[in-house]
Amino acid sequence: MLAYALKRLGVAVLVALTVSVITFSMVYLPGDPAMALAPESASQEDIEHIRHVYGFDRPITVQYLDWLVKALHGNFGRSHYLNEDAATVIFNRLPTTMILGACAMAFALALSIPLGVLAAVHPNSIFDRFALTVAVVGQAMPSFWFALTLMLWFGINWRLLPITGTDSWRNFVMPSVVLGYYVTPAVMRLTRAGMLDVLSSDYIRTARAKGLRPMRVLFKHALRNAILPVVSLASVQFGFMLGGSIVIETIFAINGLGFLAWESIQRADLPMMQAIVLVLSVFYILLTLLADLLNAFLDPRIRVT
Amino acid sequence: MTKRILDVENLTVDIRVPGGMLHAVQDVSFTVDKGETLCIVGESGCGKSITALSLMNLLPKAAIRSAGRLQLDGMDMRDLDERKMSDLRGNRIAMIFQEPMTSLNPAYTIGNQLIEAMLRHRDVSTAAARQRALFLLEKVGITGAANRIGQYPHQLSGGLRQRVMIAMSLMCGPALIVADEPTTALDVTIQAQILHLLAELQRELETGLILITHDLGIVARVATRVAIMYAGKFVETGTADQLFNAPSHPYTQGLLRCIPIPGRTKRGAHLGAIPGIVPSLIGDMQGCHFASRCRHVHDACLSGAIDLRPAFDNGHQYRCLLSPQACAENLKPEGVA
Amino acid sequence: MTEQNMAERTIARAGIPTAEEILEPTPGAILQRRIFGHTSLVIGIVILASIILMAIFAGVISPGDPYDQVLSRKLIPPIWHDGPKVSWTHPLGTDSLGRDYLTRLFYGARISLFIGFTAMLISGLIGTTLGVLAGYFGGRVDMLVNFILTTRLSLPVVLVALAVISLIGSSLSVVIWVLGLLIWDRFAVVMRSATQQMRGLEFVTAAKALGCSTPRILLSEIMPNIANHLIVVATLEMAHAILLEAALSFLGLGVQPPQPSWGLMVSEAKGLIFFDSWLIGIPGFALFTLVLSINLLGDGIRDVTAPENRN
Repeated sequence: MLAYALKRLGVAVLVALTVSVITFSMVYLPGDPAMALAPESASQEDIEHIRHVYGFDRPITVQYLDWLVKALHGNFGRSHYLNEDAATVIFNRLPTTMILGACAMAFALALSIPLGVLAAVHPNSIFDRFALTVAVVGQAMPSFWFALTLMLWFGINWRLLPITGTDSWRNFVMPSVVLGYYVTPAVMRLTRAGMLDVLSSDYIRTARAKGLRPMRVLFKHALRNAILPVVSLASVQFGFMLGGSIVIETIFAINGLGFLAWESIQRADLPMMQAIVLVLSVFYILLTLLADLLNAFLDPRIRVT
Repeated sequence: MTKRILDVENLTVDIRVPGGMLHAVQDVSFTVDKGETLCIVGESGCGKSITALSLMNLLPKAAIRSAGRLQLDGMDMRDLDERKMSDLRGNRIAMIFQEPMTSLNPAYTIGNQLIEAMLRHRDVSTAAARQRALFLLEKVGITGAANRIGQYPHQLSGGLRQRVMIAMSLMCGPALIVADEPTTALDVTIQAQILHLLAELQRELETGLILITHDLGIVARVATRVAIMYAGKFVETGTADQLFNAPSHPYTQGLLRCIPIPGRTKRGAHLGAIPGIVPSLIGDMQGCHFASRCRHVHDACLSGAIDLRPAFDNGHQYRCLLSPQACAENLKPEGVA
Repeated sequence: MTEQNMAERTIARAGIPTAEEILEPTPGAILQRRIFGHTSLVIGIVILASIILMAIFAGVISPGDPYDQVLSRKLIPPIWHDGPKVSWTHPLGTDSLGRDYLTRLFYGARISLFIGFTAMLISGLIGTTLGVLAGYFGGRVDMLVNFILTTRLSLPVVLVALAVISLIGSSLSVVIWVLGLLIWDRFAVVMRSATQQMRGLEFVTAAKALGCSTPRILLSEIMPNIANHLIVVATLEMAHAILLEAALSFLGLGVQPPQPSWGLMVSEAKGLIFFDSWLIGIPGFALFTLVLSINLLGDGIRDVTAPENRN
């Protein structure tokens, strides 16, 4: 188990470094970063001055390493626009997005796992068709349209829920539903497939032959084994969800990382953009690493050798 | 007086399949007494596994089971609802399956799975159940049981896992054990050990044992009574001695011809083979199911029902129009012009 | 009566199919039967075909011009509402700049389909190449491709797309290329595993034994057999690209006004959600229908060609 963990950790570090290179190089996308920063009326001297102040005249590798080292110390530079440390701003807004993500994931799991189990226990029944319809609709629904529609009905027409801001738990209901519905299809299908697979296996037959009650067979024996791949998938999807929260946060005016990213893009605040991409990527890498390790831990065949 | 543990009469299992109705088990009758081993022998697809599963009512949803009599220890099992049936499973009647490698849940220790079998049916403490598990693990010949009980299935070999399965079936002291080809997936040397173990346990605990197999060698070793099954029906029943000494049905004779017998089979002689294939069990069938492969077949064999009739000794029956002597000499069947 | 005749008679009566019977229905006939028996596949094909036709003939069937702004006739509700200006000249009403909505809907189909298709082609090329190479050669090549894949998966797609587009400037081709370079991951994963399965099969070994060169093996032996997986993933990724473009346009960094991208139409209407909610409902529903039909097509193709891969 330890060897496995170390190997995965090594790969994770390498990937993180590669991502950092990619993120860093975004600075050079508009061509000359000094010119991009300079106002329209700047003279050649002004541009050279900017270049020197920001260190764009140094060799690229030096610039990268400097940026990387600073990032590792939590220094993501200063936001051009807000005149604050990017790191501070990000970590202020991060909790909101995390809460949104957690609520969305909770909703998704609460919806998709029972549906998937039900569909697998009664294949080709009305439950099965309902579950598959939920999945198919979820995969085709544009999230921004879903968000606006929910907002229209629950927020405006029926006045059941608030439509913007983050004052109370009610503000998180609609955004969580929209964001959660994004990952529901994949989780539901995997649960269903995994359960179908497991339910036809020999050890389930043994469990029944021992006279165990159906609920016990279903949960203690079947779900316990079918849930392993779902754990992996859910964590990967959580990472995707965080990246995709930008649309929902902007619609519902939730002051999280996605909204911050949106603002930074509008304002061409490059250091902030880079920092957000880096933070989210590293978070995703950590998440998948933990999911892999959790998976290995849950499977005695890997844990105990 | 011997106690009758299992009494089955006219057991029929039909399964709805896309092509029609599959008559997996047709009018099968047998009994098992205390301490007795009944071997059900047949090739793949003859219906022996379905027979076993139907005793436990673990059949697929599309299956329909009916029986004139289906009594376990005097109790009628025919119309028991699922709840009452599950009270019997693992308790009064236990089953051992063919694939030990996949029959245990990989996520839990074998101790957990053994204890669970007992706690389901007996009001005892976990510690007491654990004691029994240890006791049985040792009884089935697993050394170092105290260590093994905390291990996961993947840490045990196939032979050990099958022993665990046997122990699990004994946790509640069942009256009847049904073993569906318990040694087929194991090495030959382990096979012998497992069979020996089963026989010993059965003698000691006086349980009834139904052993399903396709291996006549096993039958010779352990069987009290034998039933040869072909295409859903029993074609010959009797004691092991009766069958081996005076096989009466052409199928049984064919099976025995396929096995080389040390001392009897001459060097360089051809081993027998039974030509043809098993007929489809879907839809209605007329006459003898073995007719298409029988070397003694006559027109009379192709229509009408053919019942079991007595052979030489008491308790020896076979399902054929011919007399055993006629099979040997290829004469006309009795009662046919 | 010989043994053989006897056996044949009984086999025939027992309903076991003869050799002729087994060989009878041609693969084409079976495929046809499967396709037409599969309701959702047929629905998907019909809807998608209709939308494609709408897009192709937009110029002919539209009541007006998608860019024609006539402010005096702005915000006319569609046919199913009551109102003084509601009429069949504008069956789906007009938007805040007086442009006919039905026309913009038809022309918007062109944008969604075009971007979806080309982005899918680009990502398909990248992903399939990487996946097939990784699956066929295994070893170091596989490790490298896996690494590239993991790196790509770690990047938040929408954010990176937004950032890149905002830095380079947004246009149709930028959007297509950015999407194409970002969404190739599923191609790589699926084609890799499909190729791995094929690699071990005997006809590949036979081709190698005959001395076929690697490119030839990849192209003529392996590709035809994994083509069905490719088609399924291609449809799913096309749907994915369409949704992404809509999201980017909704956020203002995709297709630029005055082009009638459906996502952009929703964005332009979101301020009017309380009063004129159809402005959001119509393009949103169009997106949903298009993506749904493509997904049904993809699922249907998979069910029909390889039902064992369901889920």
